[in-house]
Amino acid sequence: MRATRRPSAPHDHPHAHSPATETISLEEKVLARNDAIAAEVRSRLAHRGIVAVNLMSSPGSGKTTLLERTIRDLDGDRPVAVIEGDQETPLDAERIRRTGCAVVQVNTGAGCHLDAAMMRAAVNKLDPSPGTLLFVENVGNLICPALFDLGERAKVVIISVTEGADKPLKYPHMFAVADLVLVNKVDLLPYVDFDLDACRRHVSAVNAGARVLALSATRGDDVDAWYDWLTAPAIR
Amino acid sequence: MHELSIAESVVAAVCERAGDRRVHSVRMRIGAFTAVVPDAMQFCFGLAVEGTVADGARLDIEHRPGAVHCRACGADTDLADMLLLCPCGSADVAVTAGRELQIVSMEVG
Ligand SMILES: [Zn+2]
Repeated sequence: MRATRRPSAPHDHPHAHSPATETISLEEKVLARNDAIAAEVRSRLAHRGIVAVNLMSSPGSGKTTLLERTIRDLDGDRPVAVIEGDQETPLDAERIRRTGCAVVQVNTGAGCHLDAAMMRAAVNKLDPSPGTLLFVENVGNLICPALFDLGERAKVVIISVTEGADKPLKYPHMFAVADLVLVNKVDLLPYVDFDLDACRRHVSAVNAGARVLALSATRGDDVDAWYDWLTAPAIR
Repeated sequence: MHELSIAESVVAAVCERAGDRRVHSVRMRIGAFTAVVPDAMQFCFGLAVEGTVADGARLDIEHRPGAVHCRACGADTDLADMLLLCPCGSADVAVTAGRELQIVSMEVG
């Protein structure tokens, strides 16, 4: 820390005046606390062989439906648990609970994202068994969650073909941090104006390293590629 | 609005360091690739300081443009938006600037 004292202007009258101010150099990351908690969560999870996958999307992308199918289809392979981030209602958590999977709900109130402290509290409450595949259903928006490291192993962004193919260009911050982009509801492709190839190009434009998989959570098209990705060595 | 939680983090950090001294101004550095909107940041900072030793403090923002280093041709390029592409056409680039989100300094007294 560097502290410099700014001298007050010279004067010869004795009345009271505001004292000199001091400029204090801080040079610290705003999210330093969040990132420190996230690092702690990451190392605790890794130690127990727990893999956390942070799922982010705008509302209506079919994220909860995808999660329901994934939990049912992976049943028995390994323990699965869900941290459900929601601004208002416990509805999504109830849908997940009906699959028989362990779930903890985090109400973010007016907050538009989960942060590492919420993640740590949720992990403590859930206490997942070793080897668990832990899904984090982040709050439904494509802006705020991009900034906050939760200590997850991978970030997945889900969009659907009923949204615009230019979504990666409209929300570049979110797509820039994604390890995987899932394009959901491909069963609706014949009925909507969605250019899948253009969408893939737009993802590469903001994030050359991201993988893109197209699938349908309701009908089950190409979900195996998603399950393969989840069980790939890079994720385990 | 994530700017509010960012503003709250900033205010908590500066108030902790200020102790019982008044905070007159805070300087932040915000990169172009951070998804933090300066106007929203100003607004939320004004809300977050209420009732603290930084009440009424001014927020100064240093804006940092984004930049990438190209692994294909070696060029360093400033970018106005987040399309991470070198002028040579390669997308094999590393972000070298624009992700800054820092509290630079504060004025107390
Ligand atoms: Zn180049």
